[in-house]
Amino acid sequence: MTRELLKGNYAVVKGAILAGCRLYFGYPITPASEIAEAASNYLPLIGGTFIQAESEVAAINMLYGAVSGGIRAMTASSSPGISLKQEGISYAAGAELPIVVVDVVRGGPGLGNIAPEQSDYNQIVKGGGHGNYKNIVLAPNSAQEMCDLTRDAFDLAFKYRNPTFILTDGFIGQMMEPVSYAEPKMEFPREDWAVYGDRESKRNLISSIYLDPDELEAHNVKLQKKYEHAQEKEVRYENYHLDDAKFVVIAYGIVSRMVRSAIDQLRKEGLKVGMLRPITLFPFPKKEIKEMANHGTAFLVTEMSNGQLLEDVRLAAEFKVPVYFYNRMGGNVPGSEELIEQIKIRYQQS
Amino acid sequence: MIKTEWTKSKAFYDEYFRNPNPDKKSTHYCPGCGHGNVHKFMAEALEDFGVIDQSIIISPVGCSVFAYYYFDTGNIQAAHGRAAAVATGIKRAHPHSIVISYQGDGDLAAIGTAELIHTANRGENITVIFINNAIYGMTGGQMAPTTLLGQKTTTSPRGRDAANEGSPIRVCELLNTLDAPVYLERVSIHDVKSRAKARMAVRKAIKNQIDGKGYSMVEVLSPCPSGWKMDPVDSLKWIEEEMMKVFPLGVLRDRSNEIQPRKIEKHYPTREEIKEQLGLNELKDKLYPQTQQQQYKNPAIKAAGFGGQGILLLGIGLAQAGMMEGYNVSWIPSYGPEMRGGTANCHVHISDKIVGSPVVSYPSILVAMNRPSLEKFEKDVIPGGVIIYDSSLIDVKPSRNDVEIMEIPATKMADELGNTRIANMVILGALVGYTAILNKNTLIDTLPYIITRQRLIEINKKAVENGFDFGANKALKGCPQN
Ligand SMILES: Cc1ncc(C[n+]2csc(CCOP(=O)(O)OP(=O)(O)O)c2C)c(N)n1
Ligand code: SF4
Repeated sequence: MTRELLKGNYAVVKGAILAGCRLYFGYPITPASEIAEAASNYLPLIGGTFIQAESEVAAINMLYGAVSGGIRAMTASSSPGISLKQEGISYAAGAELPIVVVDVVRGGPGLGNIAPEQSDYNQIVKGGGHGNYKNIVLAPNSAQEMCDLTRDAFDLAFKYRNPTFILTDGFIGQMMEPVSYAEPKMEFPREDWAVYGDRESKRNLISSIYLDPDELEAHNVKLQKKYEHAQEKEVRYENYHLDDAKFVVIAYGIVSRMVRSAIDQLRKEGLKVGMLRPITLFPFPKKEIKEMANHGTAFLVTEMSNGQLLEDVRLAAEFKVPVYFYNRMGGNVPGSEELIEQIKIRYQQS
Repeated sequence: MIKTEWTKSKAFYDEYFRNPNPDKKSTHYCPGCGHGNVHKFMAEALEDFGVIDQSIIISPVGCSVFAYYYFDTGNIQAAHGRAAAVATGIKRAHPHSIVISYQGDGDLAAIGTAELIHTANRGENITVIFINNAIYGMTGGQMAPTTLLGQKTTTSPRGRDAANEGSPIRVCELLNTLDAPVYLERVSIHDVKSRAKARMAVRKAIKNQIDGKGYSMVEVLSPCPSGWKMDPVDSLKWIEEEMMKVFPLGVLRDRSNEIQPRKIEKHYPTREEIKEQLGLNELKDKLYPQTQQQQYKNPAIKAAGFGGQGILLLGIGLAQAGMMEGYNVSWIPSYGPEMRGGTANCHVHISDKIVGSPVVSYPSILVAMNRPSLEKFEKDVIPGGVIIYDSSLIDVKPSRNDVEIMEIPATKMADELGNTRIANMVILGALVGYTAILNKNTLIDTLPYIITRQRLIEINKKAVENGFDFGANKALKGCPQN
């Protein structure tokens, strides 16, 4: 297999281009700037366009405009920049535009710091902007997945006509790992909803306005149906030693890598621990968690935020089993050593 | 009085089917409103130039939020203030289309100021139609950035006061300080003559775009009888007597004739081109043999030193070579608390198993290129592990007696080769020579991937080789276990 040693942030851009992304609108912010830098390097070489916008607000609205044209385009930013984009993301959700956005999460709130956190979970997974909408959210945990899930994000976005996110962090963005590539996608069917600047498409309207309450309600119901459909069809998760696990750790993104190491060690010591790693955060693997809870499996949720993932696990487990919690914040990444300790304590309690 | 019923251009729908109002022939604008007139100028121009089908109109947030009720063109409705950004996006996606960003003064000159200026400054090949009615019409007559001094609005009930609210913004003048715009004109629609001029200005602004000439904006002084709480006739008078004093009409800039048209040909890359440009063709399929010995198998390596010593590159070299031998590898630069304290470090795994945590808290191999690094990380090395340190820079000896220790005068050896900065490569070679976690040939073949300047590859190769021989020799003799 042909592999390239590549930083996660660069893998995003290569994955995007292979998926057919041709326009990128960005605004510098650490630790996401490398994505813009790579896009500014590669896109013009293949007839694409890179624009450094005047703000994240402008960038997301440029994206809104470009994707209205039925083509594949993206933006990336980090937490404070994503906060600024939220109005535009809500508009895209309302207008059902398949925008792809990468959030390389950093420490917050406020200016916080530039170290990795997972504290944007709520603002991405729960919608974040105004209105009854959801983003499809993919959470890579390796450079390879940064590439592959970005590619998948475009397909999902267009399949569901819905904003789709890569939720990652500065750690994965900076990490170098071997990446292998799929063939470039070359065929892009014409979208019947898009505005191409031609006669066939001119009756199309990209808009999120529904003045009439009944119409807006119907639109919202339609959106909810779409989310339900995605919940049924698109859940992805990694099963790591779940089959005989007496105790299950739930973690996503970079934390899942530390958990994996911890579990390898604990298994050597004879503890029957497994990990469920959500790869899609919305749709969330609710059913799987509920089933395990029904069998009495206790959970430990570990995240680099203040219990945002925890809430979803608790809801899915319907409070039937203990859901323990261990987190770090501020840019501290839990080491596998401290996780081993935490898991042992909880394992014995459960 | 301005007529609100139109002789229909083909750029308008016959019936405004999107308008929820049962009357599908009239617009939603108030009697005497200027928006309808300007719509008409646009529609006429699009029809005359034969570009209706390729046109895309951006409806803003403001009274013209429903501009899409009327124009039989592609339509996109934008968030408040963002029409210019949305226009940029769609124009870049479909450069052949004719894109009109239609905006009110609140939308364009308050909330959308940044987008206004930067779109103009990039010289986007679009047309901006700016309706200056000195008020926020849609939200019920609040103060706009263009509201006149002394003008009463619902949020300046005692009249706009420069001391508190600042003075009206002259958008054309503002944009006229930028290099890129091609055409900027302020017009009015208060009488027949001014309307004729306004009509021509709108035409020119659209024609410029069709000709690929760049950014054109027309500012239209436009009546808002409802917001101004005047009747339509008084509104027209007010434009002439009050607004025009503050917003003088005229062409502020017209370079339409000087500009060379830009024709943007869209390029659709082939599969091969994409792979070529992404560098995917350079990836070698050749797999190098694996010969890791049990003793140092699946190493967890931490390399540390001063910033500038090439520590990160040393780690990348290990990861790259490991990958070429088909191992799973990971590399991360120093993170979190490690970023403090004046050391630059990186963590590398080379493993025949899937790499879990990429962090190396307890290295099996530690490379220390300065004293703080040695002192900081020595204690973390696992028993039976290896410490490799640059003895030309570190004047203390490690105190551990349960690890193998290889001291190497790497910086001195690099100096002898004529370049202090390749001490990292000397150590890289020595590490591999000593532990045999990788093959020498793999390491040498790694260099072109990690050294960007081709002319430096030869000297780096020498450094790796000298280091390798040093390390291999030490391995033969055995290192002292303190
Ligand atoms: C983010 C946001 N802030 C505020 C509003 C409310 N709003 C709607 S229209 C408008 C002002 C429109 O005024 P202008 O652009 O002058 O257009 P006009 O109605 O006068 O044609 C405002 C503030 C909004 N829709 N969105
Ligand atoms: S409020 Fe003013 S701008 Fe809006 S439609 Fe009425 S007259 Fe026109």
